[in-house]
Amino acid sequence: MMLDIQNVKKHFEDHVVLDGISLGVEKGDVVAILGPSGSGKTTFLRCLNFLERADEGEMIFEGRRYDMNKAGKKEITELRRKTAFVFQNYNLFLNKTVLQNVTLGLTLGSKIPKQDAREIAVESLRRVGMADRLDSYPVQLSGGQQQRVAIARGLALRPDIIFFDEPTSALDPELIGEVLNVMRQLAEDGMTMLVVTHEMEFARNVSNKVLFMENGHVVESGSSREFFENPKSDRSREFVHSLANLHNG
Amino acid sequence: MNERLWGILVDSFPKLLSYGIRVTVPLTILSFSLALVISVIVALIQYADVPVLRQICRFYIWVIRGTPLLVQLYLVFYGLPSVGIVLAAFPTAVLVFGFNEGAYMAETMRGAMESVSHGQVEAGYCVGLTFIQIMAHVVLPQAFRTAFPALSNSLISMLKGTSMAATITVMEMFRQATVINGRVYESLGLYGEVALIYLAFCTILTGLQHWGEKKLASYGGTRS
Repeated sequence: MMLDIQNVKKHFEDHVVLDGISLGVEKGDVVAILGPSGSGKTTFLRCLNFLERADEGEMIFEGRRYDMNKAGKKEITELRRKTAFVFQNYNLFLNKTVLQNVTLGLTLGSKIPKQDAREIAVESLRRVGMADRLDSYPVQLSGGQQQRVAIARGLALRPDIIFFDEPTSALDPELIGEVLNVMRQLAEDGMTMLVVTHEMEFARNVSNKVLFMENGHVVESGSSREFFENPKSDRSREFVHSLANLHNG
Repeated sequence: MNERLWGILVDSFPKLLSYGIRVTVPLTILSFSLALVISVIVALIQYADVPVLRQICRFYIWVIRGTPLLVQLYLVFYGLPSVGIVLAAFPTAVLVFGFNEGAYMAETMRGAMESVSHGQVEAGYCVGLTFIQIMAHVVLPQAFRTAFPALSNSLISMLKGTSMAATITVMEMFRQATVINGRVYESLGLYGEVALIYLAFCTILTGLQHWGEKKLASYGGTRS
């Protein structure tokens, strides 16, 4: 198993956000993390990259064990070096051009020479269809374009896994497709991805696994085909149906 | 205007201007540079929430903002010698002006840094940058841009404030005016004249501010 996450717990003040979440991820898996708002999906994803500190839990990533509560700076840096994170609000560096957004982590973080970093960056931007906007600033781009640059910024790090936190939720409807297409292409190329999303088409057709959460619990977890065609619990069935209605209505 | 007064004004103008350029301007530049360094350090410590140092910074800001600049000048120049700390007048002025304005500018910088979305900091961590790298390459450049008008205010206010150095014997432009006035008793004319020179200096700074703001027009230019 590439990533084995065990029993993640987290609370904010007296509110339990994650109550023992576990998940196994194989190389090449695309896992859709689903659930109603406030179910803890985003917090779970953020804990995996230590953007939030879990109260307890552990993960084994490529054979290395990480205590999700106690991991030190060095371990966190090491883990982040092998992962990439794509945010709902893109979070591009607003004072940097498209190219600089992608090269910054390479030259400063990974100490790659400028010329090499540029080549890697241009290649990553080509994969998301943004290689023609190298010198633009984020505010000059549409949301969809910004998100594609953010994906390229992650890709340039050559990560083994990419975490997506609701990557299309902040986008105008007509811009969602271009981002999903990029993600679909990545999935076809064999990239391992964890995707918190409300895009059911994506969860159904692109992801091969589903983690369905509610109130900090895992309601159902397994193959995405199973989940959509034959949900095990009543709650999952209800969720799938309500979404189907949403789509048809 | 009578001929005597006119003669005095014409005579004193080059002297005053010369003290302005040789003393007031360097005093302002040195003090402001010190204030800028202090403000960035103090703002960074608070932004990063460094324990103990943060409390020290809050204490510094509290004391400096809560006491008059004139009193601070007197304390350092006339007070500290009695505990064996003797500083010359000019360095005293630079230190006091720098630390004084630094406290106000630190708050300006902190506010500007906090206005940079925290998501950019998280993104920085995710691409493998350290806190210092994120500050240097992402947060501070954007914060400087936001803080620029307020920092310009501080510079202009400091330029005029240097006239207070006259009270601790620094022979700067205003003190020179008082010296000349002591000989000729033309307060209205001389202080009016020195006021006009300050006004001219500040007008130049205001022009520089506008030029700077244009230069710094937001990244990509769509925000203004």
